Amino acid sequence: MKLLTHNLLSLHVRGVGPRGFPLRLQAAEVRINPVEFNPDFVARMIPKVEWAALLEAVDTLHLVEVPKGPIERYEHDEKFLRQMHHVLLEVDVLEGTLQCPESGCLFPISCGIPNMLLSDEETKT
Amino acid sequence: MKRTVCAKSIFELWGHGKSPEELYNSLKNYPVEKMVPFLHSDSTYKIKIHTFNKTLTQEEKVKRIDALAFLPFEGKVNLKKPQHIFSILEDYGLDPNCIPENPHNIYFGRWIADGQRELIESYSVKKRHFIGNTSMDAGLSFIMANHGKVKENDIVFDPFVGTGGLLIASAHFGAYVYGTDIDYNTVHGLGKASRKNQKWRGPDENIRANLRQYGLEKYYLDVLVSDASKPSWRKGTYFDAIITDPPYGIRESTRRTGSQKEIPKGMEKCPESHVPVSLSYHLSDMFFDLLNFAAETLVLGGRLVYWLPVYTPEYTEEMVPWHPCLKLISNCEQKLSSHTSRRLITMEKVKKFENRDQYSHLLSDHFLPYQGHNSFREKYFSGVTKRIAKEEKSSQE
Repeated sequence: MKLLTHNLLSLHVRGVGPRGFPLRLQAAEVRINPVEFNPDFVARMIPKVEWAALLEAVDTLHLVEVPKGPIERYEHDEKFLRQMHHVLLEVDVLEGTLQCPESGCLFPISCGIPNMLLSDEETKT
Repeated sequence: MKRTVCAKSIFELWGHGKSPEELYNSLKNYPVEKMVPFLHSDSTYKIKIHTFNKTLTQEEKVKRIDALAFLPFEGKVNLKKPQHIFSILEDYGLDPNCIPENPHNIYFGRWIADGQRELIESYSVKKRHFIGNTSMDAGLSFIMANHGKVKENDIVFDPFVGTGGLLIASAHFGAYVYGTDIDYNTVHGLGKASRKNQKWRGPDENIRANLRQYGLEKYYLDVLVSDASKPSWRKGTYFDAIITDPPYGIRESTRRTGSQKEIPKGMEKCPESHVPVSLSYHLSDMFFDLLNFAAETLVLGGRLVYWLPVYTPEYTEEMVPWHPCLKLISNCEQKLSSHTSRRLITMEKVKKFENRDQYSHLLSDHFLPYQGHNSFREKYFSGVTKRIAKEEKSSQE
């Protein structure tokens, strides 16, 4: 699971609402996957990023050299874009869990694939 | 032409007729000033002949080309790498059992460009590493990507991703792709294979491997095991297109997760599927959930492209699901059987989503006729078809 994905995931269980974000990440196995750098795509993603959630995940994974927020004219700053490219697209969590901060529900990540299915106890009608 | 899989080639028409004489007259009437730039003495050219529904001998072909000697060709012939290619196109009809002596139509024109029909072969499901029972045909997946106006650096999402066939077409056009599916085994690439003669899936059979097969792995973002009726995305608009083929309840079951209270007594948990409780997911609910989800998460101007299964004898246009934020762009039918078809629906987001929009369908007239959709599965398998077939037979006697 890439950190870009983690940044977009949230829970919509009734009673949890917007506090279902961000999901607390715990990683047992992480891999760095080189991905071809595409500055235009990375620049497009910057406005969609929730920075607080990203920095929290980055902290959990002990990553370094991560920008703390978008800088001015980031579209033309290759260094910034390359750092963001690495953080968002090249860090892959293979095994771990995602936890809803409000309800405490745990979602496993295995083989890089998160399982977001709620069990029957967790689904409220 | 860089996108279409429907058109083979495009030509600039210089003349046409129902007989060679008519063609030559038509060519003589074509303005010479328009021909000359491609025929001057410094250029090289080649003339090809395409015949549809007939094969000509080399001798017959040469005869036809020689008959065009009256055209002011001044350049040199180069069969290997000509600057300009001209084509004679002869139409011998569509019936391979009844080929006429003479063509119905003959055309002559200058070749401009080819379409992308070779993608259908190069991306064919037959050669793909990872397939499922309902993997989308390559040609159709490219048509869907075109309906979705997928372009470079888009993010495309398929909430019923299966083996990822639709994502491949989008990735080919430069989009980055996400997929989810409720079926754990399909998403992980485990379990029984869909190929004849193969029992279990191998280690190279999963969605990521499919993209890798075509050199498109860099466009793979992630896939998740998720219930499309309970999406796990935070509030916001980040998808440029949602392109999907939801289950019809025939070859793949329609399911969603739910609580123990909702299921009738006697149903047991299914250990293999990793879904705690599988409820039947009424088709009409599924499509309304899909439209709501699209309205919420598509960027403005983004497109939703999906297949809607239909029981043809009862189909009316009013049945097509509706949403205040989405405008219907197109609705194309593909026949599946004598009494069923599926319709490729394309919608575009034209209005920002507000909370009250998610319930508008309950107030609309469209909701009631659509309820019949829930029994698509029953109608598909029902004795109704046998009765219709019987009636047709007796009316013919």
